[in-house]
Amino acid sequence: MPTDGVNNGRRRFLVATTSVVGAVGVGFAAVPFIKSWEPSARAQAVGAPVQVYVGALEPNQLLKVQWRGQTIGILRRSEETLALLPENDSHLRDPDSLESDQPPFAENEWRALKEKYLVVNMHCTHLGCIPQLMPQVGPQPFDENWHGGFFCPCHKSRFDMAGRVYKGVPAPTNLRIPPYSYIEQETVLIGVNPEGAA
Amino acid sequence: MAKPASALAKRADELFNWFDKRLPVSAFWKATMTGYYAPKNFNFWYYMGSLALLVLVMQIVTGIFLTMNYKPSAAEAFASVEYIMRDVEWGWLIRYMHSTGASFFFILVYLHMFRSLLYGSHKKPRELLWVFGVLIYLTLMAEAFMGYVLPWGQMSYWGAQVIINLFGAIPSIGEPLTEWIRGDYFISDATLNRFFALHVIALPLVLLGLVLMHLVALRENGSNNPDGIEIKANKGEDGHPVDGIPFHPYYTVKDIFGVSMFLLIFAFILFFWPEAGGLFLEHDNFVPANPLVTPEHIKPVWYFTPYYAILKAVPDKLMGVILMGCSVMILFFLPWLDRSPVKSIRYRGMWYKILVFMFAIAFIRLGMLGMAAGTPAETIEMRIWTFVYFAFFILLFFLSPGGKTKPVPDRLTH
Repeated sequence: MPTDGVNNGRRRFLVATTSVVGAVGVGFAAVPFIKSWEPSARAQAVGAPVQVYVGALEPNQLLKVQWRGQTIGILRRSEETLALLPENDSHLRDPDSLESDQPPFAENEWRALKEKYLVVNMHCTHLGCIPQLMPQVGPQPFDENWHGGFFCPCHKSRFDMAGRVYKGVPAPTNLRIPPYSYIEQETVLIGVNPEGAA
Repeated sequence: MAKPASALAKRADELFNWFDKRLPVSAFWKATMTGYYAPKNFNFWYYMGSLALLVLVMQIVTGIFLTMNYKPSAAEAFASVEYIMRDVEWGWLIRYMHSTGASFFFILVYLHMFRSLLYGSHKKPRELLWVFGVLIYLTLMAEAFMGYVLPWGQMSYWGAQVIINLFGAIPSIGEPLTEWIRGDYFISDATLNRFFALHVIALPLVLLGLVLMHLVALRENGSNNPDGIEIKANKGEDGHPVDGIPFHPYYTVKDIFGVSMFLLIFAFILFFWPEAGGLFLEHDNFVPANPLVTPEHIKPVWYFTPYYAILKAVPDKLMGVILMGCSVMILFFLPWLDRSPVKSIRYRGMWYKILVFMFAIAFIRLGMLGMAAGTPAETIEMRIWTFVYFAFFILLFFLSPGGKTKPVPDRLTH
């Protein structure tokens, strides 16, 4: 390759600027491909809020509905159940829901807008399985002093009747509480927080 | 050549020469086959590489035929697999070849990697060869995972749920990341469809590229051997290693024998035990995927269970994911963790034999525990073997420079 009269400075400049412009182009061209993996407009539309009438639930009855493909449980709790909740605190990993995922209105002992109804994302915070409701109070193979709650068949995580996780199980945090609000006395709208409460 | 047999043979010769002038067929054949000298003492462990290549070809061919009847949609996937199994002519055979082939691929790859531990095949100058091998292994894991989702059975669905949620453990970006992987707020049609695309085209292309790199790197320095001696250091007057023999015909013939034996075993499993009692195809996967019902006992297919056991051994989710990631990633560093001057286990002291033995036991036990239900006693055992698994690499690093070795001969012993 003849090198006479080569302006090395200009050659280096051209190589560098071409590389930079090319890299920027590749970066921009990658955006549509990466964004194409995000939920589509259709998926977002299907993920719209769900309205549920809860007035017909019996105590300890669990109603499961689908919202964004997640199983949302609505549990009606009796006075006795609510009275037992504070007694669990010393056995729980996060009794005050400090490290758990819930809207601000659920950062309380019963983790709900109204004490009577627990609206909870049923997927175990360990690996997403669905825990079973075991409401009966009394000794169980996994807990001699069981106050009722949820038991995950996958890896044996346990939660109390407010979806709060017990110590010494794989699940790291309490069951998640989805955004929801009441649009009537006994009708829940899952997917939308109450107005004013972000 | 003596008197040409016929004018036809002469024409054929001319035709070949015409091609050879334009495409270096004979030069390539000589460089990689007849002129490539491999150590003369290969044993049983040296079948695995060529057999893995055979299984790769089989997976590609059967995979192509499966796509002709499979429907990558959440509504139709399960039924289309059953259609292949029941209604498509010979569909059951092609599907079972593919599913059994996947498990055999991992059996071969695990034996192939273990061979490296025995004879130090990852050591200088073959570090990159090993690194490409680990990359192949990683790609294969992704390929197998996504392939397992496609039949859209219960274990497909919930296995995918568990694996994708592992990414959710990453602080702050975890949630959006899982959403991006799924393309929805849950594992859905969108997820299945993209996994299909990755399984049938993207990852196979990556796999083929990596296999090519693996083979090019192999031909550059040549195979290691059970004695761990560099045969190129001792060349005869003809310029070829005195302890080497041409790959073709010697090792092509040996590999054909290996292929025959392998196909015998493979066909037996394929025809008489394709589900392997739930190991190769899990029972729960014969139930269509149902997002509302979790199977009683979720476990991955056998080839992932050692890592799954490490994940389960840790009580903290994020730490479990990190440790599981480390257990795979640490393989990349093996060539530099092993600082012994000697390659083969034959000329290393008892310390290395014990280390390798314990590592193998740990891997197998973790695999078994990863499938188990997870009683407290099993959890404790998982922690012990997880410790042994990592202890292997750490002890190897500290013991290998000064560990006792025996004198290595100049020539192959066999």
